[in-house]
Amino acid sequence: MIRRPVDTGDPDRLYTVTGGRTRAYEQAFDLVTLIVRESGPTPGMQSELVRILQLSERPVAVVELASLLDLPVGVVKILLCDLLDMGRITARHPQSSGRGRQLPPPETLKKVLVALQNL
Amino acid sequence: MPSRTSEPGDPAAPASAAAPPAAAAAAAAAPLRSERPLRDTARDGLKIVVVGGFGVGKTTLVGSVSEIRPLSTEEMMTRAGIGIDDREGVLTKTTTTVAFDFGRITLDDERVLYLFGAPGQERFWFLWDRLFAGTLGAVVLVDTRRLADSWYAIDRLEHHGLPFVVARNNFDEPTHSLEQVRAALSLDPDVPLLDCDARKRESSRDVLVALVRHLHSLSHALEPTP
Repeated sequence: MIRRPVDTGDPDRLYTVTGGRTRAYEQAFDLVTLIVRESGPTPGMQSELVRILQLSERPVAVVELASLLDLPVGVVKILLCDLLDMGRITARHPQSSGRGRQLPPPETLKKVLVALQNL
Repeated sequence: MPSRTSEPGDPAAPASAAAPPAAAAAAAAAPLRSERPLRDTARDGLKIVVVGGFGVGKTTLVGSVSEIRPLSTEEMMTRAGIGIDDREGVLTKTTTTVAFDFGRITLDDERVLYLFGAPGQERFWFLWDRLFAGTLGAVVLVDTRRLADSWYAIDRLEHHGLPFVVARNNFDEPTHSLEQVRAALSLDPDVPLLDCDARKRESSRDVLVALVRHLHSLSHALEPTP
């Protein structure tokens, strides 16, 4: 088998981080799903999971976690699934975002508009 | 061979000119918490995507209105034999990484708006649904010296049915009228087109306001009349 390089430097690292899983739980989180921890890290916990729990003491978006951890978004989503299964985090999913191709209701957009105008 | 869609000339690197030295220093150490945490009550993330060609100022625009220093991240895409990597002419590859940057604006106690700067290149659109499903709308940032760079992005947004506005980033005194730009881009008369200076916070904010106003009127039009 010919080994091919992966962009992110060290493919083995990502493979290890996720236990070899890929894409399994993609749909469970949006880029802007906000993550809040329910309890802190415990001894012996995988270091990436510890970092996520440290970073999510206050709400933090999935995309921010990926950036702060310097891991691809898809990898972070897999780790978040583990934490969610363990009951250590809660996920606040986007509410206003249009599902499918629907726009949010006018009242929501009005609030967004006013907030932006007041920046 | 792997490839990246990061843009060397675009200030995609977090160390943009707008970043204060303190923030740059903080980034050097592995952060234990977000530079500026969200409110505890935050529960609703919204997305707007800024698309545009190489070096048009996407990151500048995001950075000028964001409450945090623009961050960057990446997503990997695995696909076999789809398309051609135009830089390297390789027919098949295992993994492509697309890099994108983002900032955020806290709108109120519950809502947080995330702004994503996305490269307009062809391969990026393979990831569009995975990354940007549920996006409110898009800003197409154009440079009149390279209008052709925007054609593909506009075509894709229309294809995805995503509402957008077009903003001309003025580096210099514009030599074309907005009407000329509209004609050159074959823009629908309903699509808002405006000038901006992405370096200025107020100007970038006005672009977002134009987009949300556009969305609001579309949303009204779609509401069933009681």
